[in-house]
This record gives sequence, C-alpha cells and structure tokens, in this order.
Amino acid sequence: MAERLHPYRTLLGSRMRSQTAYRRSFVFDVLGSVGIGLVEFAEVYVIFTNVDMLGELDFAAAMLLFALANLGFSLADMAVGHVDRLPVYLREGTLDAFLLRPLPVLAQLITSDISLRRLGRTVVAAVVMGIALPLNDITWTAATVVLVVVAPLAAAAIFAALFVCAAAIQFWLVEGAEFANAFTYGGAYASEYPASIFSLPMRLLFTFVVPAAFAAYLPVLVLLDLPGPAWLPQWLGWCTPAAAAVIWVVALAGWRAGIRHYTGAGS
Amino acid sequence: MRLFAAFVAMGFRRWSTYRLATAAGAFTNTAFGLIKASITVATVGAAGGTLAGYDAATGATYAWLVQALVAPVNVFQWSELAERVRDGDVAIDLARPVDPQLAYLAAFLGRGAYLFLPRGIPPLLAGALTTGLLLPSTPLPYVIGLVSVMLAVALSFVCWWLVNLVAFWVVEMRGLATLYVVAMSVLSGLIVPVHWFPDWMATLAACTPFPSLLQAPIDVIMARATGVEALSVLAVQAGWLLGMLLLGRLVFARGTATLVVQGG
Repeated sequence: MAERLHPYRTLLGSRMRSQTAYRRSFVFDVLGSVGIGLVEFAEVYVIFTNVDMLGELDFAAAMLLFALANLGFSLADMAVGHVDRLPVYLREGTLDAFLLRPLPVLAQLITSDISLRRLGRTVVAAVVMGIALPLNDITWTAATVVLVVVAPLAAAAIFAALFVCAAAIQFWLVEGAEFANAFTYGGAYASEYPASIFSLPMRLLFTFVVPAAFAAYLPVLVLLDLPGPAWLPQWLGWCTPAAAAVIWVVALAGWRAGIRHYTGAGS
Repeated sequence: MRLFAAFVAMGFRRWSTYRLATAAGAFTNTAFGLIKASITVATVGAAGGTLAGYDAATGATYAWLVQALVAPVNVFQWSELAERVRDGDVAIDLARPVDPQLAYLAAFLGRGAYLFLPRGIPPLLAGALTTGLLLPSTPLPYVIGLVSVMLAVALSFVCWWLVNLVAFWVVEMRGLATLYVVAMSVLSGLIVPVHWFPDWMATLAACTPFPSLLQAPIDVIMARATGVEALSVLAVQAGWLLGMLLLGRLVFARGTATLVVQGG
C-alpha cells in the first residue's frame, strides 16, 4: 500500500513546496482566504444584528451551523476544489498526458494541485466552531462527541464528491463550466443556512439530490436536539456518512462515464 | 468617440460568441438567487415583516436584482491588464494610438451591454415565478436606473483597473484580487442590503466606492431613491467614477515608467 501511494506523496509534496516558495505571495493568498471566511460569516452576523432567530436557530446555533458547513466545504475545496480547472486541461490537452501515465486519472487530477492557501477559510471555520460549541446547550455523550468529529469529515467528503460530479459534467459541457457552480458553490452556500427556511421543493433538492443539508443542518438538529422541519426528521442527522458514501458512488460513476466519453484534445 | 464606440461594439461581439457559457452563468445566477431570496424572505419574516424598509416582496426583489446585475457589472473578476503586464504584451497596448484605459473601459462596457439581457432576464423571470417581483410601474425609475447601471459598470472597471495596476510592481496579484472581491462582496450590498448594516459597517461602506456598484442602481430601479435623492445617488456614483478614473491614470503612468519588458 505504502509503495502504491508513493507517487501521489511525491506529487503532493512537490505541489506544497512550489506553493510556499514565494512567501509573501503565499501569505497574501492565505489572508485572502481568511477574508473569504470572514465575509461568509459577516453575512450571518449582519442578519443576526436584525433578528433573534432564523429558521428556529438563534445566533449561537447559527454559528455552529456555519462552522460545520464551512469546515466541511473548506477542507473539500483545499483537497479537490481545483478539479474545476478540468475544462482548462481539456482545452489545452493537458489531460491527455494524465491518460498516458499508469495511475488513475482522477487520483492524478486530485493530487495535481492541493490549494494550501485555502487553509485560511478552514481556520476561520475552526475558530467559529471553538466559540460556538460552548455557547450551545449540547448534551455531551459519546455519541454526540463522535458526531461532532465525524460530521465535518463526512461533510468534506460530500462536498468533495460534488466537486467530482461537477468535473464529470465538464466532459460534456466544456464551455458551460459555470453550470456546475450552482451545485458545488450553491450547495455550500445553502448548507450554511437552516434548511427549514427553504420552500419544500428546494429543501428536498438540497437534501436528497444535492445532499447539502446533510453537511451541517441535520447534524446540528441532532446536537441541539431540535425537531426537524417537514420531511427532514432529526434522525437523518446520523446519516451524514451514509449520504457521503452514496454521493461518492454517483460521483465515481459519473467520472467513469466522462472519461469513457472523452476522445482526446487532438494533441 | 468613434473609436470608443468601435471598442464597445468589439467587447459586445466578443462576449456574444460564448453562448453556452452565458447560459451556464445565467443558470448559476438563478440558482444562487433562489437561495438568496429564501434567506432574505426568512430574515424579513423573522424581523417581524419589515426590515429597514424591505418587506418580503421587496426584499426578494432586491435579491433577484442583485443576481441580474452581478454579471453585467462584472464585480467578480477582471485580470486582462495584469496578465498583459506579466506577459509583456502591455508594450503593444502602449504602442497603439489609443488610450489603453479608455479602450479597455469601452470593451468592458460592451461586455456589460451584451450580458445585460441574457444574464439579467433569467434570474428576474425565476423571481417573478417563485417569490414575485415588486417593481415600480412608472418609467422614470427605469430610465434613471439605466444611467445608474452604466455608471456602475464603468466604476467596476476603473476599480478593477486599479487592482490590476499592482501587477506593475508585484508579479502575483491573486491575493490582492481576492481581498478586493471580499471587501466588495460585503460592502456593495451583494450579500445583504447595505441598509441592513449596523451603523459602524454602514459608515465603513459609505467610505468606499462599493455601494455604488450594486446597492445604488438597485435603490434607483426599485424607486427607494426618487427625485432629488435619486440624482444624488447618481452624483455619488459619478464622483467615485471620476476620482477612481483619474487615480487609475496617474498610477498607470507611474507603472509604465517603471516597466521593463523582457526580450523581443
């Protein structure tokens, strides 16, 4: 196993070194990433300067929701967010070089560029999480502790799978790359808010088609022992890892279909 | 002036080539509009039915208008000049008998003119079908609104021009561009109306050109600002435009004086 992973470790190591080579530029990039995290939080902050509750959540609960959603998304974005550059690789023929190497194309694409600069957003989410956890009235049992640890990781897996789904679509829609943003970034945006504020069709879409509600809202219902809105019972909060597994099956099937559809850039 | 019009037409034609990209962008603007309108309506509801002059219908209309304007105003990205500085191609722009800043401004306006309808109509249509739109029924707000949108597009360009100029001194401008987008997103009214801000944030926003990019044209179109108030909104936009335009000229002149183009 260690032997088989060696090429990926080498690739990742070189990417990390190259990104941190220009210190000042790297620092600016990380600051920019912290800024993005703060802007996302500013939206929640401004809303709660005007209201006490939003979708049955108070500010502390909304912070917990924000933190879980952002931890998951920023980790996924750092690890695989760059797969949305696939249209560029398709246009320029770079992908053809990947196809020639004796390694899976998706694994090569994922390890082609880990974006350390996006760490800033993860830090913001972690800080908000650190503030939100003691502010909320959570009954700490072994199960809830496990959920707090597993939920962000499963959320990261969900968003990563969404990125792979979006990349798979690019094999057909090279020029329409932005179409996929509705599901990746749109899903991430929707996951930061209580699903109860959405109309029923949107709520079902962001739960059972794009599983964004599994990333944060449903686990928060469990942690705060809140009853869910219509069609989203609290117990679904325990199913986040299962949702991640299902969406990964879809993503890998889509990716495989995409690779089979691809006929080369003619280079 | 004829040259300027030719550059506007060129920008229009260039962007009208990417039909699928336009459709994909409109789809994504609409999807985000659905989420944003839901958040806005829920917030207004939680505040007791009205919030800073917005009720559910006008709040949702605000969210949809933002989604209709983000593409033509082009708030998120413009790095053409910075790329040309890095490649050295800017030397070609300098050798041409046209003013680079005005030429790029014209192309930017042409892009906005093309995207105005195909990127603006779908979100508004979705808004009309889902939450409903509450827009004025007299023509005047739309006429002033059109002027305000044009000022916003030009202002967006001169701001991006200044950000791009950093490329003369620093090789990598991505971090700075990100910081610009971050500040713009909060302070322009892109995520929530500026009128919802707590006092300290409203003051901060007023010290920047950002509210002139989205909040200002939408205030005029929705007739939140009418008569003398609408004219003062336009005056603030024009003031920022002129100031940033001149600052951009000064910095560009300084930048080209230090420019060293390799090879060739």
